[in-house]
Amino acid sequence: MDVTLASILAASTPLIFVVIGETITEKAGVINLSLDGTVLLSAMVGFAGAYESGSVIVGFAAAALVSALAALLVAYSSIALRLNQVAVGFVLFQLTGELSAFLGDPYVRIPGPTVTYRPIPLLEDIPFIGKIFFQHDLIVYGSIVLIFLTYWFMFRTRRGLKLQAIGERPEAAHSRGMPVNRLRYLYAAVGGGLVGIGGAAYSLGAKIGWSEGHTTGLGWIALAIVIFGGWHPYRAAFGVYLFGALQFSAIKLQDVFPDLTQVLGTLPFPIMIFTLVLVYSDRVRSLTDRYPALRGILGSDPPSAIGTRFDVD
Amino acid sequence: MGFELREIHKHFGSVRANNGVNLSVASGELHGLLGENGAGKSTLMKVLSGFHQKTSGEILVDGESIDLRSPADAIEHGIGMLHQDPLVFLPFTVLDNFLIGSPGPERLNRRAAARELATLADRFGFSFDPDTPTRRLTVGERQQLEILRLLWLGARVLILDEPTTGISAPQRLKLFATLKELAAEGMSVVFVSHKLEEVEEICERVTIIRAGTVVGERDLPCPAAELVELMFGGEVEIGERPVVGLGPPRLTVSDLTVRDRMLSVEGFNLEVAEGEVIGFAGLEGSGQRIVLDALSGLRSANGGTITVNGRDLTKVGYRGYLDGGVQFLPAGRLEEGLVAGLTLTEHFVLSSRSGAFLIDWEGALAETVEGIAEYSVKGTPDSTAESLSGGNQQRLLLAMLQDNLEVLLMEHPTRGLDIESAAWVWEQLLRRREDGTAIVFASADLDELLEYSDRILVFFAGGVLAEVDARTSSVDELGHLIGGKVTS
Amino acid sequence: MNFADLWKRSRIGIIAVALALVVGILLLLVAGANPFEALGVIIDGSLGSSIRIGDTLMVWAPLVLAAAGLLITFAAGLWNIGVEGQITFGAIAASLVAREVSGPTWLIVTLALLAGLFGGAFWALLAGLLRTYGKVNEIFGGLGLHFVATALAVYLVLGPWKRAGVASTSGTEPFPRESWLPTVGSTRLSWLAIVVAVASVFGVFYLLRGTRFGLRLKAVGKNMRSAFLLGIPTGPYMLAAFALGGGLAGLAGAIQATGFHHKLVPSISGGYGFLGILVAMLAGYAARWIAPIAFVFAMLAVGSTLLPLKLGLDSSVGGVLQGVLVLFTVLAQGWQSRRRNRADEAALGPPEPPVIPGEVG
Repeated sequence: MDVTLASILAASTPLIFVVIGETITEKAGVINLSLDGTVLLSAMVGFAGAYESGSVIVGFAAAALVSALAALLVAYSSIALRLNQVAVGFVLFQLTGELSAFLGDPYVRIPGPTVTYRPIPLLEDIPFIGKIFFQHDLIVYGSIVLIFLTYWFMFRTRRGLKLQAIGERPEAAHSRGMPVNRLRYLYAAVGGGLVGIGGAAYSLGAKIGWSEGHTTGLGWIALAIVIFGGWHPYRAAFGVYLFGALQFSAIKLQDVFPDLTQVLGTLPFPIMIFTLVLVYSDRVRSLTDRYPALRGILGSDPPSAIGTRFDVD
Repeated sequence: MGFELREIHKHFGSVRANNGVNLSVASGELHGLLGENGAGKSTLMKVLSGFHQKTSGEILVDGESIDLRSPADAIEHGIGMLHQDPLVFLPFTVLDNFLIGSPGPERLNRRAAARELATLADRFGFSFDPDTPTRRLTVGERQQLEILRLLWLGARVLILDEPTTGISAPQRLKLFATLKELAAEGMSVVFVSHKLEEVEEICERVTIIRAGTVVGERDLPCPAAELVELMFGGEVEIGERPVVGLGPPRLTVSDLTVRDRMLSVEGFNLEVAEGEVIGFAGLEGSGQRIVLDALSGLRSANGGTITVNGRDLTKVGYRGYLDGGVQFLPAGRLEEGLVAGLTLTEHFVLSSRSGAFLIDWEGALAETVEGIAEYSVKGTPDSTAESLSGGNQQRLLLAMLQDNLEVLLMEHPTRGLDIESAAWVWEQLLRRREDGTAIVFASADLDELLEYSDRILVFFAGGVLAEVDARTSSVDELGHLIGGKVTS
Repeated sequence: MNFADLWKRSRIGIIAVALALVVGILLLLVAGANPFEALGVIIDGSLGSSIRIGDTLMVWAPLVLAAAGLLITFAAGLWNIGVEGQITFGAIAASLVAREVSGPTWLIVTLALLAGLFGGAFWALLAGLLRTYGKVNEIFGGLGLHFVATALAVYLVLGPWKRAGVASTSGTEPFPRESWLPTVGSTRLSWLAIVVAVASVFGVFYLLRGTRFGLRLKAVGKNMRSAFLLGIPTGPYMLAAFALGGGLAGLAGAIQATGFHHKLVPSISGGYGFLGILVAMLAGYAARWIAPIAFVFAMLAVGSTLLPLKLGLDSSVGGVLQGVLVLFTVLAQGWQSRRRNRADEAALGPPEPPVIPGEVG
């Protein structure tokens, strides 16, 4: 049991970074639809960066940079060029995915550096808990810290409130003196950077190495989990671990139904998306309207200004 | 803290919303800013609060010229504005709304802020549960919250843009008491309104704006007739109206109830005869629009019946009304009428009732050319709807109306049109009533209401305050009624 | 038209293509390849022989079908990202016919194509119903259905339809010969696929240009509120757009199954749905540009497969070039309208507020 939970936790780590990153970007009102491609590209860049430099840190930094640039491009085309965020995001999804295959060609299936295993002394000896939480690499610990840190930032700090404000009602944020578009650039970049770290966390940690289509589909799942998570870091993290558990059970079930190995591997994707559909349905909506207490668990209101642009004057 | 505006110009492209406005308000003064819809009041106040940047002119606070580049600058100089639709964040809690945008240490201290909110609220007799989502507050409560927030941020000049829209009578009294108290403490308060009554009730001095410029400044009290005349311009000559014999009833509304989020109209009755023109007067949001929505089938009635030529249409839905010869022209021409990106020809095709699968483009083109000529639309068949000017958009909409309508409903049929176009539009409309079409329209233009209606219903806060005969009424009487004052 | 006019009209396109070429050349140089050599390989690989031309056209046909279908959903203002799933489901439906029905070729092929058409339409309608009645954004509903269709294809390939003896992701047992689309000479080119694709482009062109249905669809897509006030039943029109767009995607799937692979494979859609979205965007959502742009895309896709062999480059070069081209075209449009806006703003006033289509009824 403890081993199971520990491996779900470790396998879910990259997706935590991706989902939290996109949550931050969307909170600011920018939707970055390119995720499925940018995760691929940053996984590839992360691996290549680490391989060439011999330093895992360089790999993560390079991945974060590339992914932040993609998010900034979506923000720029919406804010400065008044283009549709969905359209630009979709083109970037295709382009970054193809780029990962093209640029990553020399790195396919070669051994490279990985994040080192670093159990935390003393804590790792706690029975049960220790095995689940404290026998991992640094990036796994980082993902757990990130969840709490993001929650703290969003709901406990002044800047966090501003982040929520610009994605909810930009004209009101503007009237309260916030530089809406500058902040949108900032959070697009921050969120994009986290997505990049998530991508690199695949190739350097959870799914070591690089091959074409290394993370295909996970970006779309991440976008769905952001909605499932109601743009809340805790619920988003819950969604990620739920998906991780689904994937794990799919692998376990392969022993029971050996004929269906491949099918079981693909099932968590539709299950996740249709859970989302359910959460979003009218019936759930009317339920949360009637019982506001349920809103925290079931409610899923997007930032009102998501995907729109804001022009001063 | 007093302030002064000198020669403020604010242009949006070729539209001059403010054209050299001067305004001076002393410390401790409750100053009214009066003018009809679209006179430029809100724009002026948005310039003062940093929301818009002025095209030219000077803003002085305590005799010192200041430069406002953003709302942040305005707040810094102690200028706070309460917008007509309070700019709060609906899903966030009351306390977070209070906090967002306030200065202070990075780490939020919600408990301290809640205490300050409670103290401030106590002072004015407001009460808030800091953890309620703002969504569940009434508009009046949202305003109260915004006022407290602006005071907390150190506002010494408070601007209120049409603050009584959508709030209840007790809340209005409370608001007025609060404003008087603030003024007594030395705050400058600017009360922007088109409701004469309210300005008379609480302001000491009033500035009247018409078409982007100041047309007068008066100490209050001052005869209402004088203010009405300044607001709406001189009494108009009402031309000879053609006498159209009124036929049997076309549209009968009995005991209609309609509701929306903010407002509810109950027990509305109306009978419109063939060829009759009914005007709906009243402040924006007094119930005219939701009644028009109900009469056109866009909003389902919560009670009562609507019959056209004796046929009950209450439950048929919007398309049923269209088939029954009832058509509605809302005010938002590009939002709720035309389709930006489609050409005039395409609009004519869309409006035709033909069921043919293939479009006969040559025929459509001929029809469009004809329509353009008949309705003097300044545009070519290939022009897109959004490239037309407002007046030409309205002409296009009129040209697209079905022939032989039973009932024609309109909202602000001539808003934004020059006098000539407006007169032309009405000529077309009145021609229709000769065919027996019953016309119901809502307008904020008193002259228009008086000149073209047979009867005028004055809406106030979701009810019909009075029904007047357009032949015998006057701008003065309507102005009073719209403000909610029934004169004998 | 004089030269200045021509330049003005096509400036954006030329700048975008030039920028895309520069970026493409730079990327190839980075990868250590001679760009002109690479271009030569792509052209030779896609047009160098009748067999290669046939292969290119067999990519072109499903791509055109997908893009043509997407024009219908785009006209209705919908992002039909579920198009991949619609291709897959159409292919599954056609495979069922090809496996189970016996008879003369003309009968099986007709039935298989029809099955693809209806299968794709059905799959798209599911996304449409989720959108119109469940208020689920079509992007996510469509993606979910895409994953379901893929899972179904994998299940069939490895389960009930597996090859005799061994289950392999390389596909099902090939269909009986009678169900293959008839081909031209020794090429893999099926004239029927080309006919269907060409017909779809003309069909969509006339549907959107010449019919009342198409015009109303455009009105729904551009301004749902105004369209409703004009008396158009917006919900059913959106559903119809999904059904038609999905139907064409399903046809593409049927051609993939019965005309190209001659069996069902897990990645039967070939990515032509997503690629079709790029084609539609690059075509400026206009039917008349679909065929030529899809042909260039097909050339890049087919020609690139020779690159690993000849130059040691990855075959994704084609995809990269496609993406770069569309990205710069979209950005260039933004740059152009920004310049125009700046020039206009002084004269014409503030930009129009964004129209937010209200939910009606």
